[in-house]
Amino acid sequence: MQQYIDFFTSCRAEIDAQCHPLLNVRRQQALDQFLRTGFPPFGSEDYQHTDIRDLLKENFGFYLQPPTAMQHTCNMFQCLVATLNSYRYFMLNGWFYDENAAADIPQGVFAGSLNVFAACYPQIFERYFNRQAADKGDGLSAFNTMFAQDGYVLYVPADTIVEKPFQLTNLSGGNVSALTNRRLLVVLEAGAQAKLLVCDHSTNEQQASAATQVTEIYLGEHATFDFYEMEESNRKNVRLATTFVEQAALSHAIFNNITLSNGVTRNNFRIDLSGDHAESLLYGMAIADQEQQIDNQTIVNHLAKAGHCDELYKYVLDDEAVGVFGGRIVVAQAAQQTQAFQTNRNLLGNRQCRMFSKPQLEIYADDVKCSHGMTTGQLDENALFYMRARGIPETEAVMLLKFAFMNDVIQGVRIDGLRDRLKLLIEKRFRGELASCRCV
Amino acid sequence: MLNIHNLHASVNGKEILRGLNLNIRAGEVHAIMGPNGSGKSTLSAVLTGNPAFEVTQGEIIFQGRDLLQMSPEERSCAGIFLSFQYPVEIPGVSMVNFMRTAVNEHRKYKGEPPLTAGEFLKLMREKQTIVELDKHLVNRSVNEGFSGGEKKRNEIFQMAMLEPKLAILDETDSGLDIDALRIVANGVNHLKRDDNATVVITHYQRLLDYIRPDIVHVLYKGQIIKTAGPELALELEEKGYDWLKEDATVY
Repeated sequence: MQQYIDFFTSCRAEIDAQCHPLLNVRRQQALDQFLRTGFPPFGSEDYQHTDIRDLLKENFGFYLQPPTAMQHTCNMFQCLVATLNSYRYFMLNGWFYDENAAADIPQGVFAGSLNVFAACYPQIFERYFNRQAADKGDGLSAFNTMFAQDGYVLYVPADTIVEKPFQLTNLSGGNVSALTNRRLLVVLEAGAQAKLLVCDHSTNEQQASAATQVTEIYLGEHATFDFYEMEESNRKNVRLATTFVEQAALSHAIFNNITLSNGVTRNNFRIDLSGDHAESLLYGMAIADQEQQIDNQTIVNHLAKAGHCDELYKYVLDDEAVGVFGGRIVVAQAAQQTQAFQTNRNLLGNRQCRMFSKPQLEIYADDVKCSHGMTTGQLDENALFYMRARGIPETEAVMLLKFAFMNDVIQGVRIDGLRDRLKLLIEKRFRGELASCRCV
Repeated sequence: MLNIHNLHASVNGKEILRGLNLNIRAGEVHAIMGPNGSGKSTLSAVLTGNPAFEVTQGEIIFQGRDLLQMSPEERSCAGIFLSFQYPVEIPGVSMVNFMRTAVNEHRKYKGEPPLTAGEFLKLMREKQTIVELDKHLVNRSVNEGFSGGEKKRNEIFQMAMLEPKLAILDETDSGLDIDALRIVANGVNHLKRDDNATVVITHYQRLLDYIRPDIVHVLYKGQIIKTAGPELALELEEKGYDWLKEDATVY
């Protein structure tokens, strides 16, 4: 940990030089917090299975300058979801790549680099950037604020409806093992509607890579937002992501977090339903084998009246994979008529893989409807035999059953093209054909 | 077509079949009757290769091949079909996808190319009419939310799709009302040919009024203790099994 503090102190000027002053002004406070807390300690309440200090103990390199080979990498890269009709954007090692950025977006909408946004919309930037991360974040998000030099912003002004989805591809890779710190900011003003898909890829599978990501999402009254995140990195990749969401009255959101292939992943999700009648649908899908590890922690805070959240996380584990799910729903005293439901279901392929699940409900209001449930088990032997008795080979039957298990999460995707594409990707994943993220 | 010789099988260490012998020729319909716990369903499970059942002795030759060496899927492709006593619900797997995969695996086994989507749908529509299966059911997940009668009809529909050499109907009549029974039986009769055979496992004479057996066997304590013509079924209906148990030399 000390290595990062020393590095930050010595390279401060170089870090600042590439960035807008409004980004740089947050670094000192973040450093102070990080000095106080450090990374969340292994074994603490929410970090029983992911050891951040250990994951980041390697001497990672930093890309303090925008990478020079950017154009080549971004042009060469073919995302698996390439067929989707979307506004497309790229980031390489945490730096926004503006060469290929979609330009034909509706008037008033901003989609692009964090630094450009700070320059063009300083007031909006100041109002939102780092507010949730500073208020609610831990040492990990403070660390990100110290080092983040660029990122992606989606800003949709009031009553603007964008039908076509935005798609951001996060690329990481290079010739050295590197740590990337990137930032996402989403602001949908009152009545705005948009969809965002973020894909995580790594281009070099020989080098270890790590990324911290902090996403702040602000949804105004009546805003509607779909947020899909899909990780397809490799076994040497570490992803430490934290998403903060603040939803005003009558806003409606879908969050769907998909881990198709990875190394070690930790996704923190914190949703605050701050306005009356806010609604959140939270889906998660994790597929892991070999020695992969996926740790999803979600907190949904019901702070106002008549909020609704429906949470469904599903894991399919095999080999020596480890899955972790922590889900906490908190219903504050003021949040009467809340409806909150949480489900976690897990399918284990053998006796070696492990699943740790901790569903939690904390209810301080008395007029609510809440439930949580968790199941962990194996494939249904009877169903498997039934299919084999009809001539379907065992491996194919297993694949069909695993796929069927994920079906309700897939149905939670509201972009038709993405849903179809996802079905194909998941099938490939279960067949072991998703070796490289550039195979299509 | 099927020769079973001295078959012994057990489940969870408990021996259920104790030296069963049975010969079935193409074109024949056999009925296997017997009291509860006599081993009727174990026989169907062993024939289809259910891994929960262990064969400890004996052999089964199906069309000249050693059936016990074949996996359940291979047996299916070779022409063995079981209409399950309790068809399994498979949420999330659509009937269409399930059947298309099964039919194409059977075709692959025979060295035939897979059916195109159009050909497959045409085949499905054709076969659905045999058991009067509601066309909406094939768009649902396998057996999910089907009524008891619909599940059994769905079994015969699958049988029609896969055109087996040897069909085993395990208590297909249980839980069916008279109309459903007639529809299912008509379906089975419709699929009857000179080159295939049917084994009807049942408790009651009722189903045999619709599906006429050529030969009736009584299974008791894991052995076939009596074999006769269709008149045996009527006799059993009248007198029960006790008179046979007294004669049986099972130990």
